[in-house]
Formats: sequence, structure tokens, C-alpha cells
Amino acid sequence: MTFRIGPRTSQIIAHIILLLMTIITVVVLFFIIGYVFKNGFAQLSLEFLFDRTREMGKEGGIFPSIIGTLFVTVLAIIIATPLGVGSAVYLVEYTRGGLLRRIISFGADCLAGVPSIIFGLFGFIFFVIQLKLGWSILSGSLTLAVMIIPTIIRTSEEAIKAVPLSYREISYSLGGGKLDTILKVVLPTSLPGILTGVILGIGRAIGETAAVIFTAGSSLGMPTSVFSSTRTLAVHFYILAREGISMEKAYGTATVLIIIILFVNFVAYRLMHRFMERYY
Amino acid sequence: MNRQKMMKISVEQLNLFYGQNQVLKNISLEVYDKEILGVIGPANAGKSSLLRALNRLYEIDYARISGKIRLDGENIFNIPINDLRKRVGLIFATPVVLPGSIFKNMSYGPKLHRKIKRQELNDIVADALKAANLWEEVKDRLYDSASTLSGGQQQRLCIARTLAMNPEVIMMDEPCSGLDPISTAKIEATMLELKETYTFILVTNNTKQAARTADRTAFFLAGELIEIHKTKKIFTKPDDPRTDDYIRGRFG
Repeated sequence: MTFRIGPRTSQIIAHIILLLMTIITVVVLFFIIGYVFKNGFAQLSLEFLFDRTREMGKEGGIFPSIIGTLFVTVLAIIIATPLGVGSAVYLVEYTRGGLLRRIISFGADCLAGVPSIIFGLFGFIFFVIQLKLGWSILSGSLTLAVMIIPTIIRTSEEAIKAVPLSYREISYSLGGGKLDTILKVVLPTSLPGILTGVILGIGRAIGETAAVIFTAGSSLGMPTSVFSSTRTLAVHFYILAREGISMEKAYGTATVLIIIILFVNFVAYRLMHRFMERYY
Repeated sequence: MNRQKMMKISVEQLNLFYGQNQVLKNISLEVYDKEILGVIGPANAGKSSLLRALNRLYEIDYARISGKIRLDGENIFNIPINDLRKRVGLIFATPVVLPGSIFKNMSYGPKLHRKIKRQELNDIVADALKAANLWEEVKDRLYDSASTLSGGQQQRLCIARTLAMNPEVIMMDEPCSGLDPISTAKIEATMLELKETYTFILVTNNTKQAARTADRTAFFLAGELIEIHKTKKIFTKPDDPRTDDYIRGRFG
């Protein structure tokens, strides 16, 4: 006697397995966030958010780190986005999919997988020491920019490639030049995909520790210019927890970091949605 | 046909290659001013390639060309490419609307070529939509997304979008291949109204459509021009037996 599973049963089993996998993933994710929030929410107060850091973080707030994080991340994105998107446009629109494009795409994929501490070391040697930028917001941002450019190139490249050839043909046949076509048809159409890459980049930059600890330093003072050293939230959290300064403050910092990331993603997706509604 | 036969486009010994593949072989023909020239033939006959050669759109496919093409006696390779494509409009088989509103689609072409005041732009858009017999259907929803239009409306929008550039020649590449008979009839009617003003080259898989609308018809086969005559002659007593076979549906 052979035992056979009917097509209906196998469908149900597949359904259950896939559902289970999804549940496990989501539960783990929510457990982590929930655990951090449970321990961190109690720390949140106006003083914690808006006061200077005292006694290495045991007392006071994290305001300098919040400002430092925003500074470093925004600057990194401002540097990386035009470079990444520009490279992607060049690769797709100007290289005919030749050897150059394959080499650069392969390189970008490899770079996207390089551990961030390698970028940190590179940033330290090149920006901090060689270019004499010192431990500063600028060095940190440049390092993070180098780190996230591959991600932005690859996602933008895919988004631009996905723009139908027929859109370009229409633009050309209406007398549009290459630049008109890129600026008025290709980029607006691929913007949602490009933005996804930028959001991924923001996510990587904002939560990065290894690359910034080497380049932006870990000073607790209030940053005053791009040449100030700063300690980002992720680095602050790492030091608080690693050196056992204050677990409570560490959880508080982590909570603030997660809230900022959620907020940035929320705003970015809202903007994208608004744009799509207007455009499509 | 008492209309004066002015030459609009002349093609001499045109060859077009995609890599090693020659898709147009030694084509010579003329297109008269304000006529509808039908181009028929089976798949891979080179019909679409001919259109892409005439506005130099083949260049984006990295194809190679040899031979002469003149527009109003002027070598098209001496005309700035954006001007050429403005003067020789192309409408594709599948209506492709750009993302964005109907108005945005309509204003894309005109705004590429010069700065236009809003009022003038509104007039251009309205006139072109009227000429393409679409105005009544869309006048209250110009700022709706163009993709909300039906297939037939989208194809008329594509025609209107080309008209908005005020071209001299309008080339259509199987403009009705995906459309129902009513939409097809509307587009044919539009074309017949507009031929007072424009020169048309109509590539079609539908030989009856050429018979209904074209003044002259050219028959292409495997990259060669087999013959070009008045439509009536092509459909009643063509010179070449292959033309006859194709029209009677013996192959194709």
C-alpha cells in the first residue's frame, strides 16, 4: 500500500508551512523591538531627550548624540544619493550593458557585502589621517557614504532598468534628447525604486557603529560644525552597554534610535505615496 | 487624384542593419506631400524598421544605415535630430502613455522644443485633442491619469500627443493592431480628416485598412520593397505575383 498526498492536502500543507515561516519571522522581529521598548520606554523623558550627556552617559540625556546621528546620516545621504543615482543612470543609459557595466555592478555587489568595520578602517586611514579631517562628522559621513553608495547604485540601477523601453522611445520620438528623456521620463518613473535604495541606505547609515566609531569618534560634546567629533546614538548605545555604564540608558538610547528609524521610514514612504498619487 | 504631387520624403538605396542582420535591402521610394502611404507586408518585412529609419529612431537601437533619406529635399542627417523627430512624428503599435495626467502627456512634446506660455499651451493641447477626436471625451478630466483611458482613447491620445508638436509627417506603426473595430474606425476617420494637413505613412498588418485609407500602398517582403503603386492597382492588379498572394491571404 502506497501512501499518497492528494493535491488538495499538499496545497494545505504548503500553505501552513509558509504561514508558519512568516509568523516566526514576524514574531522574532516584534519580540526584539518589544523587548527594547519595554526596557527603554521608562527612560524616555524630556530631560533624556533634550539634555546634555553627563558622567559618560550615566546621567543626563542624549541630545548631542541625537543631533550627531542626524547630522552624520543626513550628510552621508546628501553625499551618497547624487553619486549613486548618477552612477546608476550612467551605467544603464550610457554603457549599452557592456563589460564596464558588468564589472561595476559586480564590484558594487561585492562592496555591499563588505563588513562595515572594513569601511571604518578605510575611513580612518583615508579620511581621518590621510586627508587630515580628523575624527569628525565629515569623516563619518564620507565613510558612511562610501559604504551605502553600492546599495544605492544597485537599487537605482534595477529601478532605472525597469522603466519600459517604450517610454524612452516615446520621449525620443517626440523630439526629446537623451537628457530630457532621463530627467523627465526615466527618473520620475523610477523614483519609487530609487527612494527604496535611499531608505535602505539611511537604515544602514543611521544604525552603523563600526564604521563611525573609527571616523566620527565618540566625543560627547555638542557638535558645532561638520568638523566636530560626535558620538552617534548607535555608538553611544554600544559604549553604554559594552562598558557597563548604564543598561537603563542604553535601552533608552536604543528606543530613541528605533523610533527615529521608524519615523524616517514612515515619512519616506508617505512622501513616496504622495508622489505616486500625483504622478500616476 | 488632382492634388499636386509634391515630394515630401525621398528614400534612395536605403539599407539598415541590426548587427549582422540586414532588415532593409536597397529600398528606394518616395512619399508625396499630404498623401496616406500604406505600407503592408508580413512580419519581418522591414515595415517598422523603415519608419524607425525615417526619424532616425533606429539610432537608439545601435543599428547601422546606408543610403539617402531626404525630407523636403534636405538630407535628414543634416537636420538636428530633435527637429527631425518633431517634424516626423511616430505613433507606435501599442499605445504607450507616459505616467502622469492627460495634460502632462499632451504638453510633453511642445514643452521640449520651446518655452510656451500657459494659455498658449492650453490652446495647443485643446486643438490637438480636438483634431484627434478625443476632446469631447476628456475635456473635463485633463488632469486625470492618462492610464485611466481605454485602449482606443489611449491610442487617440498618442495621436493627439504627436499632433501637439505640429509635425509635418505622421508615421503610424500598426496603430490599430490592439483595438476593437469601433476604435479602429474612429482612428481611420481621424486620419482621413487630417490628411488635408499632414502626410501619413501607415504601416499596417491589416490589408483592408490600407485599402480603405491609403492613396498609395507599398508592399514589403523580407526587407525588400516589392512594389509601390496606387492602392487600387495594388489591390486589383499588382505587378508582382507575391503581392497578389499576400493580399489574397495565401501567406502572411
